[in-house]
Amino acid sequence: MNNIILDIQDLKVQFPINIGTVRAVDGVSLKLKQGEVMGLVGESGCGKSTLGFSILRLLRTPGRIASGRIFYHGRDIVGMSEKEVLKLRGRRIAMIFQDPLTSLNPLFSVGRQFVETLQTHEKGINKKEAIARAESMLESLGISKERLQEFPHQMSGGMRQRIMIGMGLILNPDLLIADEPTTSLDVIVEAQFLDLLADLCRKFNLTIILITHNLGNVAQLADRITVMYGGTLAEVGPAGDIFHTPLHPYTQGLLASIPNIKLDQPELTPMEGSPPDLVNPPSGCVFHPRCPQAMEICTRQRPPAFQKNGHQVNCWLYR
Amino acid sequence: MAEDLITVKELKMHFPLQKGLLDNLLAREKLSVRAVDGVSFSIKKGEVLGLVGESGSGKTTTGRMILKLLEPTSGEVFYNGRSIFSYSKNEMEKLREKMQIIFQDPYASLSPRMSIGKAISHPLKIHALYDKQEAKQVCLAMMEKVGLSPASFLYKKYPHQLSGGQRQRVVIARALVTRPDFVVADEPIAMADVSVRAMILELMIKLKKEFDLTYLFITHDLATCKYICDRLAIMYLGRIVEIGPLAEVFKNPVHPYTATLLDAVPVPDPTYKRTHPIPKGEIPSAINPPPGCRFNPRCNLAEKSCREHDPELARVGEDHFVACPVMSTRLRS
Amino acid sequence: MNYSPASALARVFSSFTSMGKKYGVEWWILVAGAAIVLGIVFMAAFPDIFTPFNPYDQAAGPQLAPPGGAHLMGTDNLRRDVWARIVFGSQTILRVSVLAAIISSMIGISMGLLSGFSGGILDRILSLIMDSVYVFPGLILAIAFAAMFGPGVINITLAVSVIYIPTYFRLVRGQTLSIKQELYVEAARAIGASSTTILWEYIFPNVIATTVVVFTLNVADAIMIEAALTYLGLGLPPSVVDWGMDLAMGKKFLPSGQWWLITFPGLMISLLALGFTMLGEGLAEILNPRLLER
Repeated sequence: MNNIILDIQDLKVQFPINIGTVRAVDGVSLKLKQGEVMGLVGESGCGKSTLGFSILRLLRTPGRIASGRIFYHGRDIVGMSEKEVLKLRGRRIAMIFQDPLTSLNPLFSVGRQFVETLQTHEKGINKKEAIARAESMLESLGISKERLQEFPHQMSGGMRQRIMIGMGLILNPDLLIADEPTTSLDVIVEAQFLDLLADLCRKFNLTIILITHNLGNVAQLADRITVMYGGTLAEVGPAGDIFHTPLHPYTQGLLASIPNIKLDQPELTPMEGSPPDLVNPPSGCVFHPRCPQAMEICTRQRPPAFQKNGHQVNCWLYR
Repeated sequence: MAEDLITVKELKMHFPLQKGLLDNLLAREKLSVRAVDGVSFSIKKGEVLGLVGESGSGKTTTGRMILKLLEPTSGEVFYNGRSIFSYSKNEMEKLREKMQIIFQDPYASLSPRMSIGKAISHPLKIHALYDKQEAKQVCLAMMEKVGLSPASFLYKKYPHQLSGGQRQRVVIARALVTRPDFVVADEPIAMADVSVRAMILELMIKLKKEFDLTYLFITHDLATCKYICDRLAIMYLGRIVEIGPLAEVFKNPVHPYTATLLDAVPVPDPTYKRTHPIPKGEIPSAINPPPGCRFNPRCNLAEKSCREHDPELARVGEDHFVACPVMSTRLRS
Repeated sequence: MNYSPASALARVFSSFTSMGKKYGVEWWILVAGAAIVLGIVFMAAFPDIFTPFNPYDQAAGPQLAPPGGAHLMGTDNLRRDVWARIVFGSQTILRVSVLAAIISSMIGISMGLLSGFSGGILDRILSLIMDSVYVFPGLILAIAFAAMFGPGVINITLAVSVIYIPTYFRLVRGQTLSIKQELYVEAARAIGASSTTILWEYIFPNVIATTVVVFTLNVADAIMIEAALTYLGLGLPPSVVDWGMDLAMGKKFLPSGQWWLITFPGLMISLLALGFTMLGEGLAEILNPRLLER
């Protein structure tokens, strides 16, 4: 079903701080189809995590959504009251974070946290049913049900991260936002986790937004990939297209500069310059100071999105 | 034939755990975290040895011990044939000119209240290598070399005024200003922005050629090793499980852990499919490592003997050693 | 660039307001505090600009004249001009409190650095001593020392300085302990820096910022302690011009309606302490985000 579950329209998120206003997300439009895995990639500061937090209205002060709309199944999240957003969080849209140790309550056993989540959001569910649900979730995660009695600190990092997914999925949301979920994990555990995510996606018919700076993570898992830079979109397209025929000079530069263990590539080609200042971003296209193919118009005007066979690129080269 | 610049023999680092009251009363044996449990290798002059491992492997601790920033529980470190633990205090100070370290976090490894010019020239001041004027010139020249340009302008800046990439350049400049022979690079690009990592790596390669350096490149990212390392040593839970030339280890990994590690590295290519199954479970605690071969609980080739004997490194090729009797036997037949 | 005095003033003014916009109300608190302090310091430095009278002159005017006319704040029972005593009294109180703060900070900071850095038994002993001193209420301790040392400007300065040493000690020791774990200290060891070098060139500069704030608040507190001691008749001989002593003397005349003898010294003590406090609090807010700036 080509059903659009999330429709972000020209979102602008800003953080007013003492030296000026940080334009963390500066006019991003994105559509998400039901059941797809969208990889949201970019380096630190590009706005990908801020975008993720904005969807659930979880921005930390002083962050605020300056303008734009986020339509979830046709309803605008930006305009909702706090009460309505609370109904969404956890139930319809879930989020998991980078560090499970700080996102899980250290004082309660894991089982209790599951039961509490269930009983809070699903009125009428009794404790026995809740425990049964938690046990079946653990089974999907490949964890033995005795672990329900354990506390977060008694578990290893990888297991905690899996519990984190479990907590996110226990209420059967249809959208999961994963913010850098593997950054703190070792390579092998990371691979285990990504496999699990793929498995759960199929099993629960999830739509996933996977936010990461590691292009390797999204390559196998994502159906489509969105590349962000300096708070703006660079490129959006099917995973294969992005990796094999990248259109935006930033994506091209990035792919040429990251180590690829399987590629027969003797050298890396570094990118010039460094990520932009979000308080005073460059005029026109945010990437133009670092772009080897920058033209005159790039310094003046922000490029709109150009479409090329289901592959969107925000670059004047494709006018 | 290049000789061994650094030789490490049976290095061990056991961090003692604080004993609880009950343990003290019952006189229970003191537990320790066996972070590094018998590590031996050599690095030839001009070579880059990659020390690869996941968290808890002991790679960072090993790096610290080689520079005597940590006192090992036992074992020896030889520099140019002489044990550095036999050095007197003065000699050790002199040695610090020749052996340096680049840390992972460029922001945390620079004092926030010291201008970068002062930070980079500080080693020169400590070792009284030049007078004040000359030291400044040497410092400015080094800054230009690492790409901190214009040097005279950036000289007075403070770390918080620079970008992440520039800060890492400062750390590199400081490490190289006394013209050392040997540099331990502890995850030098792990904290840098993705688009800046290639630049730092390229800089390190360039400087290695220019200053004739020898590196111990500590990392958890095997993909990076490909571009800078000559040899690889794979560590697991405080021991080296495989060591050999980079091309060899990549093409023909012998130890089961190496094979799965290579396979698990995320590849930025959607058409790539993994060939090895991922081991179950996670790295166990270093307080109570599994008996016998430490990898055996997760190894799909494990036999009974693996639980009984902790294997030593055995030769499986020219300059290629592996601590796995099961695979060594297979290769011989 | 326009160099006229008017435009220079305008530039200063605009930089003030831009700082104000940047930091909000804390900046204005700092400015107000600084203005008060600088005003009083100026008065102490150039007393003759402010008053033609001599504070010791016992024939300056009529006895117990109320404020007005030639005597802005009236005269006291010994026919001395009160305003002159205020102006010259500022010298005493500033001298004692600032000097006491300087002495305590120097001793407290160096001992804190040493104790935090070396650890072990030295740290244990020093911490024990400092904690014992800290536990005492400041005023009681100051009274004890003032009584012990006897009257005199140096003596009262020392008496006041002792009570603040533990404050600096604890602050600096705590910071030293945490900075000791920082990566840049390990990096300093890696380049071969000796312990002394690490202490003074890496740890000290990173500790000093917070001590500046403590210093200003320390002076504010010392002002109150000094006034309290001299009010009680301890610490200074009657020949020295001092606000606290005038406060004590003025108390006697309050029931008979001569309110100006106690009010003005009291106001000045409060004002000066307030000025330093505002300066310190303003600084604390402004330095704080800077310290965390990445």
